[in-house]
Amino acid sequence: MASAAAEAIRVEHLVKAYGGKRVVDDLSFSVRRGEIFALLGPNGAGKTTTVEILEGYRQPDGGTVQVLGLDPRRDAAELKQRIGVMLQNGGIYPTVTPIELLRLFRHFYRDPEDPEAMLDLVGLRDSARVRYRQLSGGQQRRLALAAALMGKPELLFLDEPTTAMDPQARHLTWNIIRGLRERGLTVLLTTHFMEEAERLADRVAIIDHGRLIALEEPQVLTQANGEEVQFSAPPGLDCATLAALPSAQSAREPRPGCYVIATARPADLLVELTTWARDHGVLLNELRVGHESLEDVFLRLTGHELRE
Amino acid sequence: MDALLAQARMELTLTLRRAEGVLITMIVPIVLLIFFASIGLKPEGYERPIDFLLPGMLALAVMSSGLVSLSIRTAYERSYGVLKRLGSTPLSRPTLIGAKVLATVLIQLVEIVLLIGIASVGYGWRPSGSLAGALLALVLGTVVFAGLGLLMAGALRAETTLALANALYLLFLLLGGIVWPVERLPGLLSLPARLLPSSAFADALRQTLGAQPALPWLDLLILAGWSVLAIVLASRTFRWE
Repeated sequence: MASAAAEAIRVEHLVKAYGGKRVVDDLSFSVRRGEIFALLGPNGAGKTTTVEILEGYRQPDGGTVQVLGLDPRRDAAELKQRIGVMLQNGGIYPTVTPIELLRLFRHFYRDPEDPEAMLDLVGLRDSARVRYRQLSGGQQRRLALAAALMGKPELLFLDEPTTAMDPQARHLTWNIIRGLRERGLTVLLTTHFMEEAERLADRVAIIDHGRLIALEEPQVLTQANGEEVQFSAPPGLDCATLAALPSAQSAREPRPGCYVIATARPADLLVELTTWARDHGVLLNELRVGHESLEDVFLRLTGHELRE
Repeated sequence: MDALLAQARMELTLTLRRAEGVLITMIVPIVLLIFFASIGLKPEGYERPIDFLLPGMLALAVMSSGLVSLSIRTAYERSYGVLKRLGSTPLSRPTLIGAKVLATVLIQLVEIVLLIGIASVGYGWRPSGSLAGALLALVLGTVVFAGLGLLMAGALRAETTLALANALYLLFLLLGGIVWPVERLPGLLSLPARLLPSSAFADALRQTLGAQPALPWLDLLILAGWSVLAIVLASRTFRWE
């Protein structure tokens, strides 16, 4: 058993039900200090409920949670000095300006950050005196991130941090979050973006219907099934024939005209596949070798696609 | 303490940024005072219009800052998730409520000074009566209407709070002894109107600020009753999300 000091969060057999329906169902995981940990799953998977239990907003129906070694409800006053929270939706006065909000938050904490420095960190210096509702969606999210950092938290909760951001703002935010890890912060984030989990997280927990489906480093998750050869061709090719190629392990057609063949020897398979295609007059398009994407992992593990 | 003052300052800033809130809290009582004093509205039993009007407008100012301005602002903060977000900071809920009440009282003080100034300079009103009694009435009135405002804000949707606050404001203004004494309303209305918090509040101010001040026990009792009711209901029904 890992020592409590090495763990920022411990969740054991957590259960939460609304109206008899379990939205979190016997969920267990722990987050190590200093890592970026992603809860990945579709809307309604129980991610936000889990995070809100850890933040102290909700009481679990079963199981136990520990955050920085504390009980989020009983030790709320102490814990709130040491965590930072970014909610999924707003939570900011519509007519406040970024600098006013951060200056207010400075008064809440024992050892606060400098508001100006936080504005610089999230790139809002030029919008310091623009009212919140006039900021773009991405700027609003970045202000929420800055506010979450005002107490120099040890642990940061980010609920869908880059929703409503354009790609540029998203990459900026990812860089900020990576920078926080360098400073030793622990980050628990929820996301339904595969790319976000893949590029940002040290470990990913895939959650569906309130249950833990998988928990691994993203590279391990996506490489677990080895390599794949993917290509486009006219729909309706016989997958059994493709799977019968000597180096193929299995073949499928996830969408009409899109084929995926799993293999342990991709170079051999390419030769066999192109030979077969020439002999049968089949034109192969967009032929590529790759790892299974996290999207494929999700489909394989849950049996349905991850939708936003 | 630091957090309380910072939060109260934020409350004050945001209140003043809501133009319609400032209008109903700050400007309407002043306009009504000047208007009715100038046309000489004066129920029987009062020597000068201002002796009747000023206490009513003081009551209106206190009432609107709690019942209308505070309630609508708090209701929207709840629907925007601001109250929820603040809940995850070390700012405690009692401190948040304290900051809201503090900001409300500061706005009331400014309004009271303005109203008394206009009444003194423009209409020759001179302080008389029992200041201590008037102060007691003002404190109770603040609690009642801030309590009713928070009761609505914490239990109803923001849009419902907005509509109901304005409806109650109009009801209290017209039938609640603010611009016209309840005893001069048609018989059927005067008894229930007498029990409204605004009637008790305005009447308590008129009695304590009158030439022969009396401690208005019945009014203070009615106000105390409404205070307890509002606070108990609000603390039981208030939802932060």
